[in-house]
Amino acid sequence: MVIKAKNLDLTFQTNDGPVHALKGVDLEINQGDFVSFIGPSGCGKTTFLRVMADLEQPTGGEITVNGVSPEEARRARAYGYVFQAAGLYQWRTIGGNIRLPLEIMGVPKAEHAERVAKVLELVELSGFERKFPWQLSGGMQQRASIARALSFDADLLLMDEPFGALDEIIRDTLNEQLLKLWARTEKTIAFVTHSIPEAVYLSTKIVVMSPRPGRITDVIESTLPKERPLEIRETPEFLAIAHRVREGLRAGHADG
Amino acid sequence: MCPRKGAASSGGRIEFNWHNEDGCIVKSVLPVLTVVLAILGIWLLAVIPMNMHLVADQAQRDGVIVVPDEPAARQAFSGVGLTWHNPDLVPLTYNFVRPRLPSPQQVAGEMHETIFTKSITSKRSLVYHGWVTLAPTLLGFLIGTGLGVLLAVGIVYSRVMDRSVMPWAIVSQTIPILALAPMVIVVLGSVGIQGLFPKSLIAAYLSFFPVVVGMVKGLRSPSQMQLDLLRTYHASNTQGFWALRLPASLPYLFTSLKVGISASLVGTIVAELPTGARAGFGARMLVGDQYGQPLVSWAALFAAALTAAALVGLFNAIERITLRRMGMAAV
Repeated sequence: MVIKAKNLDLTFQTNDGPVHALKGVDLEINQGDFVSFIGPSGCGKTTFLRVMADLEQPTGGEITVNGVSPEEARRARAYGYVFQAAGLYQWRTIGGNIRLPLEIMGVPKAEHAERVAKVLELVELSGFERKFPWQLSGGMQQRASIARALSFDADLLLMDEPFGALDEIIRDTLNEQLLKLWARTEKTIAFVTHSIPEAVYLSTKIVVMSPRPGRITDVIESTLPKERPLEIRETPEFLAIAHRVREGLRAGHADG
Repeated sequence: MCPRKGAASSGGRIEFNWHNEDGCIVKSVLPVLTVVLAILGIWLLAVIPMNMHLVADQAQRDGVIVVPDEPAARQAFSGVGLTWHNPDLVPLTYNFVRPRLPSPQQVAGEMHETIFTKSITSKRSLVYHGWVTLAPTLLGFLIGTGLGVLLAVGIVYSRVMDRSVMPWAIVSQTIPILALAPMVIVVLGSVGIQGLFPKSLIAAYLSFFPVVVGMVKGLRSPSQMQLDLLRTYHASNTQGFWALRLPASLPYLFTSLKVGISASLVGTIVAELPTGARAGFGARMLVGDQYGQPLVSWAALFAAALTAAALVGLFNAIERITLRRMGMAAV
């Protein structure tokens, strides 16, 4: 078990009173899973991702990452995090940006070139090492950001709406590439999204959440096969799962 | 300076055009030239009424007929009015020995003479005085910038320093430098420290503040997302400083450096004024005033302005080269 959350609570104290970002969250994520978190704004999906990353501290319950606390997992550099914006350093080349975590983590310099080439190939950006971020389109920058998160061989990938700022056509391509990447690298991926088709297409497990207070309303184990061409989005099986997701969202909306 | 066409942010196009060097220069020089010519035009016109009273007095002593011919009566006229009545005196206003407002060619002549024809070691060479002013400017600027950067780092990384240093830094700049400079120079002079160092101190005093403000802004410029990213790498504060905060602050630093270098020059000249310095631009301005040689003052003034422009231009060039190499070229 890679992630285990039990009765997780997170309450923010704000000027307007307490905000229950997460309440009573129970979840298990296993090695090799691709888990999507979907829900409306304020349902706690990003908050939960940040708790896993030790970027927020829970106020109740317990959570372990790789069997240890999130803080220890962060110190051990156990995961790569991909934000909604690529956030590449403008003053470094793409290669330089990918080397950033390697430099910070003290990976021997001799390995840098090889690792950079390897991850660039994984995201299909080979040859863009010497380009600067402003020379790349938004989709390419986000791919570079994913490559950066992969460069230090963490087994867990946490992705916070990485394709949210991109247009739908690019998103399709990137979704396909992400699935191929996941198949090749066999990592565990936690993926936050607003898009129901994206969640159903990518995941082995879909976690439906709802706001006020942030909680899980449904956990759906996907019955789709691991090999998924884009056409699978029109099959009845896919639509059935998407329907179930939609129902879960509606139920959460009715309660909250 | 000239906009550089980069790639569009979406769509995948990655061709880009370097700006046309010639077109770029024309675009930026032409507006500046227009303004300079306008100022020159106003200057040329203003010389006439400004000098007319003195010229009329002198002309009358030389025996030329002046309207009106009583000095007392002339007082009632404005410069423009007097010009209207004595149009043939106009050419004389451009070559007057002790003008109120020298004409451009007089200033240019004086500058040419004191820069190019005098030997550099002569006490009347503008180059010599320029160096006397420039040396403490540069030294003070280095001290001020170094101090400013250190203070900024302290302010960003230590809450105690943030709360205690900033207010004092701001207060320090509210003290009029014209009052502070003589005190510093006299006090240090009484301890035996004269010349370069006290002037550098005042230059440093004026230049450290823009650097502090700019660097603090620059060091704090990375977004929360960037800081979170470093947290996920378990990066130390030191690593975060060198990898993220310092490079991100460079554009802000260059802006501050340009303000700081001109403030340094002003500080040095101000330091030369009140204590009767013998050399330097400020000293020349005073000497010209005291000995009734306005051309000397004006030549020093223009030389100081040109020096400031050259220094800022130099920093501009360094900024462009550095930022371009770092892929952060500003438009």
